[in-house]
Amino acid sequence: MANKATRESFGEMLVELGAKNENLVVLDADLSKSTMTQAFKKKHPERHFELGIAEQNMVGAAAGLALSGKVPVLTSFACFVVGRLEPIRVSAAYNRTNVKIVGTHAGIGIGEDGTSQMGLEDVAAMRALPHMTVLQPGDDAEARQQVRWMIEEHVGPVYLRLTRQKMPDVHADGWTWEPGKIDVIWEPAKKPAKYQATLIASGGPVPCAVEAAQELEKKGFAVRVADAGTLAPFDGAAVARFAKDSQRLVSVEDHNVNGGLGSAVCEAAAERGLAVPVVRVGLRDFGESASPAELYDKYGLSAPHLVEACLKNLD
Amino acid sequence: MTPATGATADLKELKDLARTMRVDIIRMIEAAGSGHPGGSLSVIDLLTVLYWRFLRHDPKKPDWEERDRLILSKGHACPALYAVMARRGYFPVEALKTLRKLDSPLQGHPDRLRLPGIEFSTGSLGQGLSVGLGMALAAKLDKKDWRTYVILGDGELQEGQCWEAFMAAPKFGLDNLVAIVDHNGGQIDGPVKEVMDLEPLADKLRAFNWEVQVVDGHDLAAIEKAYLGARLAKGRPHAIVAKTVKGEGVSFMENNIAWHGSAPKKEDADRAVQEILNGK
Repeated sequence: MANKATRESFGEMLVELGAKNENLVVLDADLSKSTMTQAFKKKHPERHFELGIAEQNMVGAAAGLALSGKVPVLTSFACFVVGRLEPIRVSAAYNRTNVKIVGTHAGIGIGEDGTSQMGLEDVAAMRALPHMTVLQPGDDAEARQQVRWMIEEHVGPVYLRLTRQKMPDVHADGWTWEPGKIDVIWEPAKKPAKYQATLIASGGPVPCAVEAAQELEKKGFAVRVADAGTLAPFDGAAVARFAKDSQRLVSVEDHNVNGGLGSAVCEAAAERGLAVPVVRVGLRDFGESASPAELYDKYGLSAPHLVEACLKNLD
Repeated sequence: MTPATGATADLKELKDLARTMRVDIIRMIEAAGSGHPGGSLSVIDLLTVLYWRFLRHDPKKPDWEERDRLILSKGHACPALYAVMARRGYFPVEALKTLRKLDSPLQGHPDRLRLPGIEFSTGSLGQGLSVGLGMALAAKLDKKDWRTYVILGDGELQEGQCWEAFMAAPKFGLDNLVAIVDHNGGQIDGPVKEVMDLEPLADKLRAFNWEVQVVDGHDLAAIEKAYLGARLAKGRPHAIVAKTVKGEGVSFMENNIAWHGSAPKKEDADRAVQEILNGK
């Protein structure tokens, strides 16, 4: 068990990749201790730029670095960096610069700091931008592979959304992440003709979805869990496959249900004319201060609530 | 001057060229039926001296790695930049007629993915200096001697992002970064000093630790001297506040905010062209 926050996995990968990639540069806006870029900064001070509490300038500076052959990774909390949507729209997306935007402290999973520090609408905003790839890992293995891919392989703007809270491993050793694909991470022992539900989760609540599916299996309900590590472009074909053999789809995200994963699932189903109910689990309001576990419970993201979402009557 | 600029025009020739390009600006905006003549006419002299005398570039190799970078952050003045690029050989002068037309590389605001030679797609005011700062950082990292020039509008400086960039550039000792402010005093809603006063602008920039020169933005010799001065900057970024006249060269457009963002019809365009050609 790695049991590591995805921001920690990201920080470790930066050091690893930075050792051989001379073009990798990192930009921060006074949150490097929280976004986990300090290790990179210590190792490569000449390639780390502290820009102060001025995120929009950081976005533009990253674009300029990218246009001059660098691979800039800029970090802040998800809410603060995506709050500078218009500079991101023009300097990153419209100019199609090779900028890697990393937003940590996704969702109510940050806990006690409360709503003003929680990224809760960032996926919706970033998903609306042409050319923007949106990634969200559910554990250490997925985070590492996504960071490597966005820096070493993919040319173009990327938004990577990471957790403050620790995440247990949900992927087996040797598992390979495939960009752009939703992958099934948990299946009931006995494959049914029709699943009670397919849980499609992303980021923080992925382990809750696995726990819920295991609980449901004990109760005699076959539910599988899929992990949407890429939120844009979205794997609509996977949704179509799940729709064929599931009585319902349940999307699970630590983000507002509008514009995020839940919307993406509904869009994919509706555009294909698939008559499948979609239960969207996620935020429908701002969050508040409490422990992450208390908040996941209060806002319906914890396993018991996901069990309920798979079984409740739909009206 | 480096050989790559390939231009040896003297100031008199440059003045004639600027006149020709003022006509280009009027005619292309007339043909487009929309556009921004005022700010294009105010910035054209600054661009002319830069593109013929200072910018290290090669119109035949717009992606040459050693080139100087120029960002027109006040992207709405792109008719001036397009005229300069056409006259400098980036594309045929004929193409100016396609401004703002379907499938034209000459977008209403500059688009780097459609027109080679555009370093950064602008039009959303406030972002260019940050991007120029990133470019200048990259040149320093790679120990390259190419320079980055960013042309900003004065109204544009009301955007907070500009001041974030002004604050950041001295921290990194970016003496390879030059900010040129086309200080024409006008913006859409009225005079800059009424909409949101910037003065004392030069003092503010000095207080932000920039080296600052204030020049007459229509005096080609003064502009040349200012650009030379900027080259001598050591350890600090350099700003040139160019006092200009919105609509310069066309009497009925000069300092008339109505011509910030409206295209002349044929009759006005003909009058404007006559005035430019008869001008000093």
